[in-house]
Amino acid sequence: MEKLERYEPLVEDFDAFLDACQRPLPSVVRVNTIKATPERAKAALDEDGIDWTGREWSDTVLELDTDNPGSTWASYHGWIHGQEEVSAIPAEVLAPESGERVWDACAAPGSKTTQLAALMDDAGLVVANDNNLGRLSALRFNTERLGVTNTAVTNSDSRNFSLKPFDFDAFDKALVDVPCSCEGTIRKNPTTLDEWSIDHVRSIAGVQKGILRRAVQATREGGTVVYSTCTFAPEENEAVLDYALETEDCRLVEFDIPLDSRPGVTEFDGESYHESVRKARRFYPHHNDTGGFFCAKLEVEG
Amino acid sequence: MTEDAPTNDGQQFDRLPATADDREVEGRATREEVVEWWDQRFAIPPETFEGYTFWEKGKGKIWILRGDVSSPLRIEALGMKFLRTRQEHWKPTTNAVQRFGREASTNVIELTREQARRFVRGEDQEIDWDGDWGYLVAVHELAGGREPLGVGLYVHDELRSPVPKGRQRDL
Repeated sequence: MEKLERYEPLVEDFDAFLDACQRPLPSVVRVNTIKATPERAKAALDEDGIDWTGREWSDTVLELDTDNPGSTWASYHGWIHGQEEVSAIPAEVLAPESGERVWDACAAPGSKTTQLAALMDDAGLVVANDNNLGRLSALRFNTERLGVTNTAVTNSDSRNFSLKPFDFDAFDKALVDVPCSCEGTIRKNPTTLDEWSIDHVRSIAGVQKGILRRAVQATREGGTVVYSTCTFAPEENEAVLDYALETEDCRLVEFDIPLDSRPGVTEFDGESYHESVRKARRFYPHHNDTGGFFCAKLEVEG
Repeated sequence: MTEDAPTNDGQQFDRLPATADDREVEGRATREEVVEWWDQRFAIPPETFEGYTFWEKGKGKIWILRGDVSSPLRIEALGMKFLRTRQEHWKPTTNAVQRFGREASTNVIELTREQARRFVRGEDQEIDWDGDWGYLVAVHELAGGREPLGVGLYVHDELRSPVPKGRQRDL
């Protein structure tokens, strides 16, 4: 926990933040609307005797009173998928529409890919890329289990992703949910911070910059890119946005997710970032009883 | 056949030819045959697959994609694994039957909750069935409707469960 002390200047009610980080997460699932309506998924959970609680900000996010949501008929049929509440934010912010072409740059194991496909009514194309071949098998398993048919899976380093195999030259939208130091997942995995180091944060920030930059380049003018991490480190969040604003034609835009959040920070540890990074949102564990998360929406300019 | 005759390349996705007249790769199923197979076996209306394209990657492995992309395509996966051809009896995948089997009206076997539990555990079971032997859509009643559990294989008075290991559950 002492590794989180560096965020004390950023986080109000810091003791409540630390306390929340030490509590386990509620068991949350997303309803897969490709295979079932929220009503039918809830009815199947009722038949299994599993209590559920809805969320005001999304019809498809449910908290279940079981530690094992996989042992339900709703899960066997692919009507529900275990996915942490904040992890459902970026696809909602990207809001892809039926028929669009969407790039999921760091797609495995596929929770967000399948959510994108569901938001598109499984029509249009999601190109789901990951650089890790081993993790792609989980991605493929999940897309098929959830009945997704509009996804093309590729295996490359997103920093130099090529559109060459496809018959189009730009995406309408891109989701850039990058690998990160995962500080925000400590409630799920209390050993997350054991290997934390500032060197790791800096090195992974370099990768994140390369991926976000390529995503802006691969998205058409007027298109949308959503950048997200599950970490608190400004080096991996606002600093990466600051770099993208500096090097590519894009701007940050406001978005509204009815969960309690705080704006992106413009100063940290002697560094300062572009004013507009305030338009990004920081989600802290003690505000909505979730994991920690960071999300920003960018518009690609000409 | 000349040396240059096109063959199935396991490294790439090739769109299925529309009909036998369009076929260039020997032994490759056609779109027409695939759609007819689902209609004949399960009475799933051919219109169900309007807007989808079918692809082969791997020997006889047919994939279904909503929409279309350029062919051939050298990538890891495209849409959903749908059907196994190039063998005596074509075999649909569990995931395809879960996704499209709601439309089925023939060769559909309705299981009780207990039979459904055994099916998703991957167990074979003796069940009376006076229809055709072969691949069936196994369904059960869930949340106010009939829902496909996957594909079952009925032979020798026994319903076999081909639910893949990773999809099996103890419910």
